[in-house]
Amino acid sequence: MTRPRTSALPEGIDTEATTASGPAVAAGPAARPRRRFRTHVVVFIAPAAAIYTIFMVYPLLDSLRLSLYAPRDGVHTFVGLDNFVHLLSDDLLSEAFWNAVWNNLVFFAVHFFVQNPIGLLLAALLAAPTLKGRGTYRTLLFIPTTLSVVIVGFIWQLIISPVWGFVDTPLLGQSSTALVTLALMSVWQYIGIPMILFYAVLISIPDELTEAATVDGAGGWTTFWRVKFPLILPTVGIVSVVTYVANMNAFDLIYTVKGALAGPDFASDIMGTLFFRTFFGFQLQQGSSTMGATVATMMFLLILAGVLLYFYGWQRRVESYEL
Amino acid sequence: MSNRLGRLAPAVGALLVLAACGESADPREETDAAGGDDGGGSGDQVTLVMESWRNDDLAIWEDVILPAFHEQHPNIRVTFQPTAPDEYDAALDAKLSGGTAGDLITCRPFDVSLRLYEQGRLAPLTDLEGMDAFGDVARAAWSTDDGAEAFCVPMASVIHGFLYNTEAFDELGLAAPETEEQFHDLLGQIAADGSYAPLVMGTADQWEAATMGLQNIGPNYWNGEEGRQALIEGAERFDDEPYVAAFTELASWAEFLPSGYESLTYPDAQNMFTLGRGVVFPAGSWEIALFNEQADFEMGAFAPPLPEGQDTCYISDHTDIGVGMNAATEHPDEARAFLEWTTTAEFADLYANALPGFFPMSDHDVEVDDPLAQEFLSWRDRCESTIRNSYQILSRGEPNLENQLWDLSAQVVNGTVQPADAAAQAQSGLERWYEPQQ
Repeated sequence: MTRPRTSALPEGIDTEATTASGPAVAAGPAARPRRRFRTHVVVFIAPAAAIYTIFMVYPLLDSLRLSLYAPRDGVHTFVGLDNFVHLLSDDLLSEAFWNAVWNNLVFFAVHFFVQNPIGLLLAALLAAPTLKGRGTYRTLLFIPTTLSVVIVGFIWQLIISPVWGFVDTPLLGQSSTALVTLALMSVWQYIGIPMILFYAVLISIPDELTEAATVDGAGGWTTFWRVKFPLILPTVGIVSVVTYVANMNAFDLIYTVKGALAGPDFASDIMGTLFFRTFFGFQLQQGSSTMGATVATMMFLLILAGVLLYFYGWQRRVESYEL
Repeated sequence: MSNRLGRLAPAVGALLVLAACGESADPREETDAAGGDDGGGSGDQVTLVMESWRNDDLAIWEDVILPAFHEQHPNIRVTFQPTAPDEYDAALDAKLSGGTAGDLITCRPFDVSLRLYEQGRLAPLTDLEGMDAFGDVARAAWSTDDGAEAFCVPMASVIHGFLYNTEAFDELGLAAPETEEQFHDLLGQIAADGSYAPLVMGTADQWEAATMGLQNIGPNYWNGEEGRQALIEGAERFDDEPYVAAFTELASWAEFLPSGYESLTYPDAQNMFTLGRGVVFPAGSWEIALFNEQADFEMGAFAPPLPEGQDTCYISDHTDIGVGMNAATEHPDEARAFLEWTTTAEFADLYANALPGFFPMSDHDVEVDDPLAQEFLSWRDRCESTIRNSYQILSRGEPNLENQLWDLSAQVVNGTVQPADAAAQAQSGLERWYEPQQ
């Protein structure tokens, strides 16, 4: 079985994927004879569980709760789903919201269709047995991922600046090009993540399989698509869902480069920047913690929907092979 | 490899030990010593923390302004504690509600501070001694709508205008324009020469187009205070002729801006101008200090040129910074003592000269030494002052006029919205929530 073991996995997905792989696997530990309660397990889990609960679970639940309240005469009052109705029915807010959702999906699509295929290509090249200087390439390709977003944003802004850089077109200044340009900057930065995940799986494929394919007369192209690719399919799924979660939560690069108004004319506004403006306010616009929590909840629901879709539509159907 | 590193380690360790033994000049130690040596009376000393978004001014407050106050009030020590400008409002809100905010609060003009006052976060200062040094216009930014209660001491305003590179002017034989026609001629001549960008501004950050563009030249069109008040009362509409004309003039700048101005950010524009690659910079007076430091050429300034048929000039003399008191402070008396000091002529003089381009609003006569700042200040005598028209009341609803003007001004300059459409959009934005405009 080639379930990837990566630290980049969101916790929820990992555990659920294990239980979902069926009773055949789950039956393993249960079949063993009963042992006495192991205290040290609790001791080891407790710190992580406590920290995770305090800093992740509780704030998440509390922000979900906050989205059901609204200030009435200066006091937060329970209003049910009013905030959501307002968010989706108010002409100004709903326009901004759907614009942000659409831009966010475009932002994700660029990563999905550019970052991940190129990541796979680079991983395949890195895993080629005849490649020299593999470590150097691997490091170089991964370095941008470790850079601060602020630095990446700043460098690229200079490179493509019509005044200081090499491009005459104001790519970041036109509503038709700004979002895609930002997405490609982010692709450049994070290309190392899918690459390293794919690479880890590719090098774990036993040589016997590729050798057997070669003996059977398959070339490099056929071997990759007929032998290796089916083996890394589960990782393709994981990488896709991690890309989705990371991009629907994106904020930093766009805020760094375009500011909270995500111009021009909100062409690069995504849910993260919309949330920021709604929650904290911007310049003379006053922030609203409850409406901000509503936007955050919608983000959460959209991400949840995407993850569930992946989980039921892909993860449970894709075949994984025991190697 | 690892062997070599292994041999290096003791050497590095020894170096660190040596460094630690060296004589260090930690500035904090000096302050501590100074605090402790004050006649042994440091036990009674009260420390006040001042919140601000002016992180650029940290050194000036610490080295120039505050020492003058400490000398007169040895029992009070004020620490200037700035936050980044774009995070200030959110951070201050959080600190005030969490009870960790400083004793003195630097106040944004109008609604941001008014809201804090109405929530009881800022203390009332109506009866503060020295408040009578400020006129109504200065106090308006930090008073309730009816003007009855004041909650911050007005500290400084900023004036809009245009800065220019005098060397480039001399080289091309140009003179500062008085009218818009002359202004366009001048920009045309620079463009024809081709060695400089005529006008240096970008629209990437959006606010320059609105603040240094529209609000800079606009008062000449809507007759300053008259138009601003008329808009608030509902007697004028944003799609009236003056506003369309102001947007139209702004749109005409596009051909004189550097190529690719759509992605030019504010720091890009500042650098372009101070590096001498452009000639005219639509500016706010706050640029003076930084530009004096960075530009190695002489600069001049001219007020917004007059549109055809206009005799009176209007300038945006925007009330920008005030200072108030955290209502929850543990040292209200000391905080008030500091606030009283900020109303004095001494403070006005110190502040105006330490920060040329930030002009005190009190009635005290203040001599400003910086020639550029003097030029800006001289317009107060011959022109009518007003403030940005989107700041008072008109940005209280959704959509908020100020943010909308950023977007619309940038788009007008980019050519993606026509001036008349921009004015119409601003008007429909107002009509959506502002009763006098409905």
